[in-house]
Amino acid sequence: MIDMGMTMIEKILARASGADRAEVGEIVFASPYRILSHDNSAAILGIFGKMGGEKVWDPSRVFIALDHAVPPPDAKKAQNHRMIRKFVSEQGISNFYDCGVGICHQVLPEHGHVVPGVVIFGSDSHTTTHGALGAAGIPIGRTETASVWALGETWLRVPQTIKIVLDGQLREGVSPKDVILYIIGEITAEGATYKSVEFHGHAARKMSVGGRMTLCNMGAEMGAKVAMFPVDELTRTWLSVIGAGRYEEYGPDDDAVYETVFTFDCSEITPQVAKPHKVDNVVPVSELGDVGIDVALLGTCTNGRLEDLMEAAAVLEGKKLAPGVRLLVYPASKKVLGEAYDNGTAKTLLTAGAQIAVPACGPCLGAYGGILAPGEVCVSTANRNFKGRMGCKEDTGIYLASPATVAASAVAGRIVSAV
Amino acid sequence: MELKGRMWILDEDDINTDVIYPGKYTYELFSPEEMAKHALEDFDPGFAGKVEQGDIVIAGRNFGCGSSREQAVSCMKYAGVAAIIAPSFARLYYRNAINQALHVIVCPEAADYARGNKDDMQLGEAGIDLGKGKIVIGDREFSFTPMSGKALEIFEAGGLEPYTKKRLESSTGS
Repeated sequence: MIDMGMTMIEKILARASGADRAEVGEIVFASPYRILSHDNSAAILGIFGKMGGEKVWDPSRVFIALDHAVPPPDAKKAQNHRMIRKFVSEQGISNFYDCGVGICHQVLPEHGHVVPGVVIFGSDSHTTTHGALGAAGIPIGRTETASVWALGETWLRVPQTIKIVLDGQLREGVSPKDVILYIIGEITAEGATYKSVEFHGHAARKMSVGGRMTLCNMGAEMGAKVAMFPVDELTRTWLSVIGAGRYEEYGPDDDAVYETVFTFDCSEITPQVAKPHKVDNVVPVSELGDVGIDVALLGTCTNGRLEDLMEAAAVLEGKKLAPGVRLLVYPASKKVLGEAYDNGTAKTLLTAGAQIAVPACGPCLGAYGGILAPGEVCVSTANRNFKGRMGCKEDTGIYLASPATVAASAVAGRIVSAV
Repeated sequence: MELKGRMWILDEDDINTDVIYPGKYTYELFSPEEMAKHALEDFDPGFAGKVEQGDIVIAGRNFGCGSSREQAVSCMKYAGVAAIIAPSFARLYYRNAINQALHVIVCPEAADYARGNKDDMQLGEAGIDLGKGKIVIGDREFSFTPMSGKALEIFEAGGLEPYTKKRLESSTGS
């Protein structure tokens, strides 16, 4: 019998479990290239201790970045950070990035911890982001992270793969965030549950690595276990600039078997917005009607890269925020922030009236900073708009959009697209 | 093993982890009792105060979608919920539930039946035979696939924490 071709996740899980092949539905034990956690490392190290863990299985594979409550807003969070610093020192974990270096999903690739063809576990649902570089970024929970610290592996069921073909090319003023919002609106919040997603097609190949990160990041919002782009010249160039280590590419075989294939003509996609309170509640901005806003949020792991800040700055150049509107800017990393200062982007944002913050997660999940008041509406480049997500559930609404739409809305005082 | 309890019918699809356990609590190191007080807070503020040990939650599709936060599972467990029945679960919620040894049961027929009759059924009794894969609601019986394999192994150990502890002890010979 001739073996069928394999999809990316089948190949990657085969390799991670030391096998030649991995079949859909099979249970494999995978050892990760990296395991990521953030402020929740305080809770995780507690669980690790209760399990009887003394030394993590391989300190060089553990990655921790402090990003959720940064700088710490109260003594308890500061104490959590202190516990984490003590732990990384005791364990000899050198991949530790303290407050201010940036959001974990930006810091991980920036510092060369993501390469193609590997499994990356993370105690954060947006670990799927790392599929942009052809790695299998798979989210797990805190207890499971502690277990991997102890045992160096965990079990995974090899998932089916959904192929998403992105044809055509993006119109002027339409960015990757609009594309993924459109896709989620079509496929729904559970459309990719338990699946691996692969992005193919002309428009996918033209997308910058940052744009690919936006798509893979949002893959979590379709329920995906993992979301990836095949490696190409753009990926290789990005990785060589970063100075990432040696890697092997695991592109899908030509005869790989996909459960479903979706095809989208990106030339048809216009600026989109996800309305409260679900990420798949997507409509074109042009069909939204009049929605006034109080707060605009630009940044986060979804759209906090230099290209995102520049997309917004291009719209804000020479303009001011609408009266009463606040624009919060959360760059995804110190590196991004530094580049934004150097190339004038930060100045444009500040001049327009933006409040530029420490690179951190902040308002995205209502943990610290930028909380909404009852009755307020926010347009945001983040990844979730669930009721109460930004820390207050009384009559608040969060609309998800692209950096350009967020910027244009901040000027108009209501949700509009830049084109 | 059999479970019997009152049904809490959450008549909605896509109940997400932010409403089950709000983000503002996720970086607090709460005790189980404190966590239980916030269970389902942004979906039904009255739930935590009224839920009783052994209650069975019945929900809609894609239950637990959103964040990886494990507390969305633990708060329900500490609040006393014995099992959650839904037509489907978000991948990570299901996995976290196995790891925390909270019974999560995929049974669209039972969930849809309870939701369809919720005015009569709310807080009525349901029974679950975990080994045979049977749910009894009133005079109706429904089937589901019982847990097996790796998931069952972790569950029977009492969750991933005791499972990992045992594995560590056996590998160090202690």
